[in-house]
Parts: sequence; structure tokens; C-alpha cells
Amino acid sequence: MQNAIVFEKVSKKYGNSLVIEAMDLSIPQGQIVVLVGPSGCGKTTTMKMINRLIESTSGRILVNGQDIQGIDPVELRRGIGYVIQQIGLFPHMTIAENIYLVPRLRSGKRAMDIAKVDELLKLVGLDPELYRNRYPAELSGGQQQRIGVARALMSEPPIILMDEPFSALDPITREQLQDELIRLNEELHKTIVFVTHDMDEALKIADQIVVMQEGKVVQQGKPDQILRHPANDFVREFLGEKRLSPHLSYLVDDVMLKEPITVLPSRGLAEAVQIMVKKRVTGLVVTDKNGQYLGITSTSDIYHRYTDESLCIADVKQVNAVTVKSGTPLTQVIPLVQEAPYGYVPVLTSDGKLAGLLTQASLVDVLAKPYLQEVAS
Amino acid sequence: MNELLLVLVDRWPDILRASGQHILLSVVALFWAIILAVPLGIFLTRQRKLAGLVLGVVSVIQTIPSLALLGFMIPVFGIGSLPAIIAMALYGLLPILRNTYTGILDVDKSLLEAGRGMGMTNAQRLVIVELPLARSVIFAGIRTATVMIIGVATLAAFIGAGGLGDLILRGIAMVDTGVILAGAIPAAVLAVLFDLLLAWVDWYITPQGLRLKKQQAA
Repeated sequence: MQNAIVFEKVSKKYGNSLVIEAMDLSIPQGQIVVLVGPSGCGKTTTMKMINRLIESTSGRILVNGQDIQGIDPVELRRGIGYVIQQIGLFPHMTIAENIYLVPRLRSGKRAMDIAKVDELLKLVGLDPELYRNRYPAELSGGQQQRIGVARALMSEPPIILMDEPFSALDPITREQLQDELIRLNEELHKTIVFVTHDMDEALKIADQIVVMQEGKVVQQGKPDQILRHPANDFVREFLGEKRLSPHLSYLVDDVMLKEPITVLPSRGLAEAVQIMVKKRVTGLVVTDKNGQYLGITSTSDIYHRYTDESLCIADVKQVNAVTVKSGTPLTQVIPLVQEAPYGYVPVLTSDGKLAGLLTQASLVDVLAKPYLQEVAS
Repeated sequence: MNELLLVLVDRWPDILRASGQHILLSVVALFWAIILAVPLGIFLTRQRKLAGLVLGVVSVIQTIPSLALLGFMIPVFGIGSLPAIIAMALYGLLPILRNTYTGILDVDKSLLEAGRGMGMTNAQRLVIVELPLARSVIFAGIRTATVMIIGVATLAAFIGAGGLGDLILRGIAMVDTGVILAGAIPAAVLAVLFDLLLAWVDWYITPQGLRLKKQQAA
């Protein structure tokens, strides 16, 4: 794979403090590469050295094989897309004028290729008729940043730099824009250098993650590699224990469905089918009036003997299904749930009452939970 | 009151001529004040170490009583409209200079960052971003300067530059209230009219996108 951007022993000093230390970094072409790390780790400085918004103190930076010290900074920047956290749309210009800015900078003329503008508006999911002639103040933050992305794509640059572009947006909009960025780049294959301090964002959108700490690259790799083999304690801590082993500390009680669908043993088969249809389940737990567990039953048990109208649930229930005790660590029961014939395992209290139900779906849920919680907070 | 009306009608050609002079003096002085102060203000945003010194000197000019400033002109430039215009222009410098300087410095830094990152040259940054966004602040400075200059123009008669001050001085010499007012009322009206005119121009040339932004903020 070709490298779009290469850092060779690049350092950056401010006075006596070394911000970036002899950094070697290769950024492959056509991928989303996320620079991630705590604030002050040098990730933004690294990104801004690529378009010479910040000049390196020593070392070489190659963009498409060319040393950027030999390129006029203004020309270099016009050839690289740039998106920032504050969005930075010009409030006195229409959306179309904002998008068409780089060609205007190049030609010095105001005349616009409206077709091109419309094409970009469609690409970022905004209706050209509706938005072309509006002003930034009329748009929501999410819409504004879509324009920010469209503006960066205008001159069809092979490389786009994005400095925490979604950090200031609300969580739902952020998720949407992340999804669209992934979709967009499957289509466009730009080399995107994306800076964030948010590990979730990095894991979600990155083809490659570069973890940085105190001006150095600590680890570079695919998200999966980083998750499976964190290079050191710093990376492990930055990922957070919960992402590495989210399920270790859970008990079955944390995960089970608290109110499973139950049926009394005295019910007829047709009644049981009605319950299953209504609740959209394929199995029922059989309990008596006091909640004492008696067995389970499923559609196949019932349909098998449905024609016999004299039967009730007590006659078709399975009594020797696998059950687990309340309070059992989740790790012990994961294989049971995966192998259970109907895909679920009842959880019983010590005196044999039904406490809840473990399903395969609830396991998926718990593995995803740390992420969901963070989105909500 | 009737007496005043009679004087106004009687002196109408005088009033018109004096008003014409008054406006001409003011507009020429304002023109030079803008021509000097706006580029100097822009320059200071690029050389901010000089800003304190230059703004300080211009503030000192401003604190000189206007009549005294006109007096200082006489030994150097003699009497007539030239020294009056120079004094008036100097007087109008400060508000325009200060507003140009702060207006440009107050432009949202993230916009400059975006502009630089997209490859704007320094000149493009000034013309495309800074001046349009600082324009209303600069314009406010010009309005202040205009009202001040029209006021000072009334004193220009003291050094023989003419204008509505002429009528006022003559009225004082003749102890004739009617004549005094024939100069004073148009001078006051002119100041108010110009201020309103500039307010309208300011609104008219504000880009729609910025008007929207202001509405939202309000």
C-alpha cells in the first residue's frame, strides 16, 4: 500500500519544550487514519504540520512523495482539505459561496460552478435547492459541519485533515456524521487524517489508529489490533478496562430479562400460541401462580401436538431444560446460553422461583453496554 | 418664533451657501480621515507592537480642545479651508482608527484559522474575511467621526473656512438671536441627518447572512 503522507524524524520545539519528538509516521493512502491521545499529546500539532499551519523544527514531511518544505504553503493548503472543530463557515457568505471558496481563492473570481456545488451538497446529504442560497446562521450545527466537509471536498483534494470535526456536536448528530464519513470514504477513498481525543470515535471510524502520548507515537494499527494487543499500559488505560473485558464483572442478574413472558401450566395450547404471537416470542417459561418454575415450552413443542385439543401446557412443557442459579457470574453461563436449544436459559432463585431469563440477545446487549452508556452521558 | 422664521426666509440663500460649505468641509475632512485611518488601522493589526503607541498619539490629538487644535493650524497652514480640513480630519482619526483596529482583531479566530487552512493569502484573508466581518464596527467608527467632524466644522469659521459657523459668529457679533439660530439649527440638523443616513447605509450594505446572525443574537 502506498503512503500518502510520511513523517521522517520530525520534531517540533516551542522554545525549549519538545512537543513532537523525532516522529516517524506513515499514513497510508485512501484510509481514515485517526490520531488519538489525551490533550497535549501533540496530535493536533502533528496534523497541522502536514499543511504547514505549523512548521516543523527538524525532519522531513513528505506528501505524495514530495517534501512539503519545497511547496508554497498557500498552494499546499489549497490542495489539502481542512475541517475544524469550530466549523469556521464564513457568516457573510451563502452556503454555495462557502463551498466554492477554494476555487475562488485560486482564480480570484467570484463566478461559481453551481453544478459542482450542488453535487457536493447532495454528497453530504443536503438538498441543493433548499440550502444553496442560505446563510450559515440558518443551519444547525450538524448541517453546518456537513457544509464544512463539502467545502473541504470542493477542489477534490486527495488528502483531508479533520481536527476534532464532530466534537462540538450533540451525540446523535455526531453519530450520524461519523456514519456518513465512513460511507463517504468508502465511495471517495480519500486519505483522511482525523484528530480526536475520543477513543470511541477513533474505534468507530478508523481504518488505522495512531495512539499518541507526549509527542510520540505509542502504537499504530487497525482498531481490532489495538483492542486485542494494546502495546503498553498507557494504551490499555486509554482504551479503558471496560472495552477490553466488559463482561468479566457481571452476574447473570445484571443481564437477564427481568420479566420474561410466562404461561400457567393449566392454559390450553391455543391460548399459549396467542400469548406468543402477541409478545412476539418463540418460547414461554411455565410457572405456577406463585412464580415457581415448572419448565419451558416453545412453538415446536406446541405445534407438534396442537391438534389434540385436550392437552394443556403442563402436558407439553419440557422439564429438564438447563437452568442457572441467580447470582452466578456471567462468564460461566455464556457457553450455556450459546448452546441452549431454544437460545434462552431461565434464571432461578435458590427456592426454585423464576427470577429472569437469559437470552442470546441480552448477551449482545451487555457487551455493547459500555459504549451505549458513554453515548448517553 | 415668527421673527425666527422671517430671518430664516430672509437669509435662506446665506443658509444654503453656508450649509453647502459646511457639508463640503466635513465630507472632504471625513474622506481624508477614512483614507488615513482605515489602512493605518489594518497596518496596526499586522504590527500590533506599534498599536499602543500609535493609538496613544491619536488619542492625544483627540484630547486637544477642538478650537485649540484649529488654532495650532494657523501658524503652520495659515487660515482658510485647508487648515480647517486638516484639523477636522485629525479629529476624526481616532474613532475610525480604533474601530478598524479592534474590529479586525475581534474577527472570530476560528474563521481566520479556517481561511488559512484552506489556503488564503494574507491579502485574501483581509479582503474576503476580515474587512467584511469588521465592516460594521469600522462603520460605527466612521459614524462617530462624521458627527464629530460636523460639530468641529462649526468652529472652522474661526479660522476663516466658512460654513454654518460663519452665521453663528455673525449673529453673536450682531447680538441677533435669529441669525445665530439660522446657523445653529442647520448645523444640528446636518449632524442628525448624516448620522441617520450612515445608519441606513450601514444596514443596507450589511450582507444578509450577517443580518440574520444579528437577529438570532437579539
